[in-house]
Amino acid sequence: MLTALLRRLAQTLFVLFGISVLVFLVFFATPGADPTARIAGKNASPETMEKVRHEYGFDRPLPVQYATMMKKLFITRDLTSYVDRGEPVVPEIVMAAPVTLSLAAGGAAIWVIASVTMGTVAAAFRGTLIDRGLMILGLIGISLPVFWLGQVANLVTQARYHDTWMFSWVPGLGYIPFSESPTGWFRALIIPWIVLAVLFTGIYGRVLRADLVAASGEDFMRTARAKGLSPARVLLVHGLRTSMITFVSLFGLDFAQLIGGGALLTEVVFGLQGVGRLTYQALSNLDLPLIMASVMYSAVFVVLANAVVDVIYVFLDPRVRDA
Amino acid sequence: MPDDLPLLEVRDLSVSFRSRGRDVPIVENVSFSVDRQEILGIVGESGSGKSVTAMAIMGLIDAPGVKITGSALFRGQELVGLSQRSFRHLRGREISMIFQDPMTAFTPVYTIGWQIDEQIRVHEAISRTGARARTVQLLGDMGVPDPERTANRYPHQLSGGLRQRAMIAMALSCNPSLLIADEPTTALDVTVQAQILDLLRNLRHNYGSSVLLITHDMGVVAETCDRVMVLYSGRVAERGPAEAVFRQPGHPYTGALLDSIPPLTGPRPERLPSIAGAPPPPLERPSGCAFAPRCHYVHESCMILPSLIAYGTQDVACVLPAEGHPLPPRAAGAA
Repeated sequence: MLTALLRRLAQTLFVLFGISVLVFLVFFATPGADPTARIAGKNASPETMEKVRHEYGFDRPLPVQYATMMKKLFITRDLTSYVDRGEPVVPEIVMAAPVTLSLAAGGAAIWVIASVTMGTVAAAFRGTLIDRGLMILGLIGISLPVFWLGQVANLVTQARYHDTWMFSWVPGLGYIPFSESPTGWFRALIIPWIVLAVLFTGIYGRVLRADLVAASGEDFMRTARAKGLSPARVLLVHGLRTSMITFVSLFGLDFAQLIGGGALLTEVVFGLQGVGRLTYQALSNLDLPLIMASVMYSAVFVVLANAVVDVIYVFLDPRVRDA
Repeated sequence: MPDDLPLLEVRDLSVSFRSRGRDVPIVENVSFSVDRQEILGIVGESGSGKSVTAMAIMGLIDAPGVKITGSALFRGQELVGLSQRSFRHLRGREISMIFQDPMTAFTPVYTIGWQIDEQIRVHEAISRTGARARTVQLLGDMGVPDPERTANRYPHQLSGGLRQRAMIAMALSCNPSLLIADEPTTALDVTVQAQILDLLRNLRHNYGSSVLLITHDMGVVAETCDRVMVLYSGRVAERGPAEAVFRQPGHPYTGALLDSIPPLTGPRPERLPSIAGAPPPPLERPSGCAFAPRCHYVHESCMILPSLIAYGTQDVACVLPAEGHPLPPRAAGAA
């Protein structure tokens, strides 16, 4: 088991290296495009161009350029955005990351709990009105666009009913760091969390129900019933535990995607300065260093999240351990 | 409760499923009994209702629109119509079941030992270590090598034969008085099959359990069972002591099944005789004898559903013996 984990870790490092090379090549070694001009920004003076060329080593071979870039990203962390008047890039990401991390983690906690409950209850009451009601709710959740739902939530909690007893506790739009005020952090984020979780709850609840229903036809479920176990025990200990395997792999993909900036719409609607928003701004300004940095950041999280999912897999499914 | 009563007495058990607004009869008026420490074989081809009969006795059929009528008395307790809550106390403790495919019958994510412990602890107030001690003991009794280590292994790490042994160990963990074995050897290779049958045969001495053995293999019945019941298309074709049925089958279907066993002595036949055609689907079951369309001896009186009549020590649902043309007895040892 330990060797499986170590092997997975080695693979992760290798994949990260591969991604960094790929991203570097896409941005800095595309034939026919001068990276110096792109980093220096539009209408840069010849002095700036010269400075950038020397700083990034664009007058030297590609491996040196790659090493310089990685050094600027991870070691000296002084990669600078010339579009943004010499603003260092890495601190911007470091500022934005906790916002996105808080948003995604809180939302994930809500959608995991809600969808496991929803899927299990629906499967337990399969074919009844409860089942159908929950599945329709899930479908509605999937169909509601996040930006619309977010705006409605804002309208209700920030404007229409903000001064009533119900929503007077909601702070204005934006992020409050956890270190500054844990309760403020929670109050600022609880509504974005719920809005973000609605879509995923619908998807995950429906997927889990389908898995549980499929599992109920399995031989081992019949064995479990023939052993004289209670229906609840059969469903939870044997059915749910086995069905969690698909659930976890789906979760790994979605969670990584959110951390890597996929929660852009939620971030924009709720005025959160997260990674998604940062990437969006970098793209609209063609801010090459910032794009490079945020893509690397996303890649790291996607790969790490996948590694974590694989580790959870090893615990969830003994068959993976021997493979 | 007096000892001369059968352990399980099934009378006129019928099971029908509702499909497209019609009741589809799967099992019709099946009656049989299992005595203490007896092995009863239920034989029939796929779709003859063997497994459905067993599942009905275990209360494991919960499809919507299913109708179970008749009676199944287990130690005097009526099982037909019993609530699921009461069934739970019987299942695994008084009546256990083992299934055809040991590859898929264990939950893949728990160890074998954990799953056997679970069954023991659900039915008895016993400590974790006490349950594990019994699990290891049972696995050892079932001929599992190195039972302590095997208990900590996952199902996918064991061979089919070992898994089936573990399955039997789990079924026996609460000392049930009846073990229902649904094609326990079908998925195993022949040498392992013989070992598992040996194990089942010895259960009555070592554990005092009766066995209801469901199979499609007459050879398995010949090796294992005291009495046998042949099902065809959801109805009883013949039932009686195994020895008598093998010596002189009363029903042409039984005879045809026996013909399909390769002979152990004499010249090897070019091709084994097979029964032409297929059993009728439940909705197209003839109103007369269900076997009539495939029977060599079919004649007019077969158009009326034959009732079970006594024929020697057997009961046969065929008109031939009553009409004075019973099937010829078979050479001893042919089976």
